[in-house]
Amino acid sequence: MKKQILTFLIISILLFLGNFIVPAMMNPYLFMILIYCGINIIMGVSLNIINGITGQFSIGHAGFMAVGGYVSAAISFYVLMPLLSLFPSDNTILSLFFQNALFVASLLLGGLGAALFGYLVGLPSLHLRGDYLGIVTLGFGEIIRVIILNLDFIGGARGFTGIPAWSNFFWIYFFAVAVVMVSFRLLGSSHGRALLSIREDEIAAESIGIPITRYKVKAFVLSSFFAGIAGGLFAHFIGYLNPSSFTFIKSFEAIIIVVLGGMGSISGAIVAAVITTILPEALRPLQEFTRTDFRMVIYPLLLLTLMLTRPQGLFGNKELSDVLPFLKRKKSP
Amino acid sequence: MKHFKFISYTFLAFIFLFSFTQCSKKEDKNIIKIGEYGSLTGSEATFGTSTHNGIMLAIDAFNNQGGLNGKKLKVITVDDQGKPEEAASAVTKLITSDKVVALLGEVASSRSLAGAPIAQRYKIPMVTPSSTNPKVTQVGDYIFRTCFIDPFQGQVMANFATRTLKAKKVAVLRDVKSDYSVGLAEFFTKTFEGNGGKVVADLSYTAGDIDFKAQLTAIRSKNVDAIFVPGYYTEVGLIARQAKELSIKVPLLGGDGWDSERLTEIAGTALDNSFFSNHYTAESQDPRVLDFVEKYKKVYGSVPDGLAAMGYDAALVLIDALKRTPNQTPQEIRVALAETKNFQAVTGIISFNDNRDAEKAAVVLEVKNKQFKFVETVNP
Amino acid sequence: MEEFVQHLINGISLGSIYGLVAIGYTMVYGILKLINFAHGDVYMMSTFFGFYFARWLGFAYTPSVIGALIILFLAMAACALLGFTIERFAYRPLRKMPRLNLLITAIGVSLLLENGGQILFGADPKFFPELIQRAELFRIGDISISNFQVIIIVVSLSFMALLQYIIFHTKTGKAMQAVSFHHENASLMGIDIDRIISFTFVLGSALAAAAGILVGLAYPRIDPLMGVLFGLKAFVAAVLGGIGSVPGAIVGALIMGLSEEMVVGYFSSTYRDALAFFLLIVILLVKPTGLFGKSTSEKV
Repeated sequence: MKKQILTFLIISILLFLGNFIVPAMMNPYLFMILIYCGINIIMGVSLNIINGITGQFSIGHAGFMAVGGYVSAAISFYVLMPLLSLFPSDNTILSLFFQNALFVASLLLGGLGAALFGYLVGLPSLHLRGDYLGIVTLGFGEIIRVIILNLDFIGGARGFTGIPAWSNFFWIYFFAVAVVMVSFRLLGSSHGRALLSIREDEIAAESIGIPITRYKVKAFVLSSFFAGIAGGLFAHFIGYLNPSSFTFIKSFEAIIIVVLGGMGSISGAIVAAVITTILPEALRPLQEFTRTDFRMVIYPLLLLTLMLTRPQGLFGNKELSDVLPFLKRKKSP
Repeated sequence: MKHFKFISYTFLAFIFLFSFTQCSKKEDKNIIKIGEYGSLTGSEATFGTSTHNGIMLAIDAFNNQGGLNGKKLKVITVDDQGKPEEAASAVTKLITSDKVVALLGEVASSRSLAGAPIAQRYKIPMVTPSSTNPKVTQVGDYIFRTCFIDPFQGQVMANFATRTLKAKKVAVLRDVKSDYSVGLAEFFTKTFEGNGGKVVADLSYTAGDIDFKAQLTAIRSKNVDAIFVPGYYTEVGLIARQAKELSIKVPLLGGDGWDSERLTEIAGTALDNSFFSNHYTAESQDPRVLDFVEKYKKVYGSVPDGLAAMGYDAALVLIDALKRTPNQTPQEIRVALAETKNFQAVTGIISFNDNRDAEKAAVVLEVKNKQFKFVETVNP
Repeated sequence: MEEFVQHLINGISLGSIYGLVAIGYTMVYGILKLINFAHGDVYMMSTFFGFYFARWLGFAYTPSVIGALIILFLAMAACALLGFTIERFAYRPLRKMPRLNLLITAIGVSLLLENGGQILFGADPKFFPELIQRAELFRIGDISISNFQVIIIVVSLSFMALLQYIIFHTKTGKAMQAVSFHHENASLMGIDIDRIISFTFVLGSALAAAAGILVGLAYPRIDPLMGVLFGLKAFVAAVLGGIGSVPGAIVGALIMGLSEEMVVGYFSSTYRDALAFFLLIVILLVKPTGLFGKSTSEKV
């Protein structure tokens, strides 16, 4: 356990240094793609907890992201910004620290808001099987979007402007690393084993005394918490939110990440998140040759080809350490 | 240490990958790069495409006439799929990778609001052809718009309803998903109720719907004098049709989103006796309008809609500003844009006010036998 | 009262179109356990087939019943072919894989049709030609019924009746039932599963095409993304009625049409889309397999 904490600390320090180095040495456009990669990694890996590890079928991930994004944006805008303006805004380390602490607080509250919704959706609907659960989560995501459209204090259809742009490389990758490590830890824990057993055979799992509904709800809450965090990071990066960002297409994108990477594979989800973010951008220069925009045709074509030629996803249910053995953890002495 | 190694390897791989993609492009001295971002695919592709056509018409014509002292304008178009976050990355790409000196776009305020802060941060002037939300140009002094804003247009139609139509009770039917429609409906209601009228029904639909009979049946029972439908032509045509089927005879009122020949093609004669506000009238004998309509028809084979005209104008305003700058740096362009006074464009005479919004007159048009007839001009 | 009757009529005619599309979802789901997201786009393609056929054959300018029927059958044939192709090349190779993969493939096909349609046909909305002259059949006070509303209901109902006949009274239909129970067992009985699944797609796509043409007639604005929202709602209707059950799909679609109509009429139009889903969630919580769905007990 201590080792994990140490690892986490080292990575945090690395990321903290990266926060100053990476934006400076990178073209801002590529940096932006890198940021989107990070957000998509959080989305993909967190959805993997439900869809990949527990074997449940959720198509409402964008809804949780929207809840997290709007909750944390509203808290930052209506509570934290007035609070901050009470203090002199000099760029001392202390005030920066204070601002970042508030930012994390608003992110966590956004995550908790999303987790609460995850609980509310999960609890009654988890006795539904398979596709029905998927449809309920899809419906839930759409309901969230319609409700946001009708709430004036967070902008409604006109969008929520004036969100402070507090997200940075450090926080986005900090949470990306956090969700990845939580997932890995989960897989190794008894909770994770229980979730895996639910994926493999619900009836068998139940018969050996695993309370499957409780575990499913836990997976849902954990997953939506991180989706909410992703939403908060997203909101504070763009500085603007609009309900049109959170349609069911967004949920599909998250599912595509999970399936493309290989169901249940965490490294797969990371790699797939990076690929699905970079691919549409990488196809952009093509437009200059073809005149018409074939990008959005090529993307589904590639997706189809990949599904047909490698249906188990890029990684299957393997992890990167299974493919590259030198990454394997050495036997502890 | 499994995770640590794994993560640090991915991290390294990232940096490796990105440092490779950063190759510098050769700069051509005889090309002035202008960025355009718009919704060329996605659910609002039809609006983005129209605007793009208008912009390209203006730029190509200018280049064919020799360009700016031998320098050609090159428009780099980036698609944002109608998503705000894509608009943000599109603008970042245009500014930082393509090094454009000015930006044109976006059609919808929701995407302009995502893109404008970035343009402002990098101090690149941005001219939006049709984002009507007042907040867009409030982002900063580098953001301009060549159309009128929601409050003005809502006011125009509200005053028209009270004064010319003598309407006392109206219904509003808005597209709840569109920021444009919601904004217009809001300011219409404000002005109309200020004039002593009453909005007795405020209903909504969602872009993409095909059946509006439920809303219209509900409106019918309220006995209104007019119905304000501030949506895009894509839905208004069907709404008019179904209103006629339900034998609703009161006029429909709308905004510049109506301007398209598709409107009357879909609605047929159902829209007769309806009114909408617009930037210009195609009836106009102004040579600029005639020239634009004719050129557009020749290149794209269809009558330009309002968005095409506004894209055309935004490009013209930008070209005009470019002509007045010695070195075409973003700062110079910004100053030149701000100095734009009484510029004769297709959609009217454009002068920027202190908020960098175009101040221009609106016209009210009547739909008559599938034609748009001029009714009156309203000055700001 | 008048208003209520008008809402009722509107709701039923809207519901019967949802029904035609919903049947396609329900049939495919019953047999493959696949949510065929591309179905809404097959429906969209049919309107464009109709649009271009009507232009090429010259029916666009001279409304006639014969012309409309020819267009209807041509579009149905074209879409049947499209459905067959999609199944053969996109779904069949993946049939043995986890169902989530099939779902992603379905999403891929759907995106391909939507984005391809935008490039091929242009993103702007098109006017669907008036193949039949619109006429008002009768009117009592403010309540009016047009011939289109009658045509939609009659055509929908007759196709549904035909479908019921095919499923319950023909050999192929019985084979379809068998396949939907159990793939391997059906194949042991000498049923050619591939052929039956292809047939299901052909049938479902043809019905979606019929719905497309009817929608084109009644709501003459077509665009490449028109299938997204409509398909989603039709799908919700299918789930509402109990996915896998054809009568369920019809009842679910009627409930959807009527509730959308009544929600706008008597409650709030802003929450129209949300209420469709809300209704779905409530029904699924009370009856997890939908109104007409059979609950299957899993064998251990």
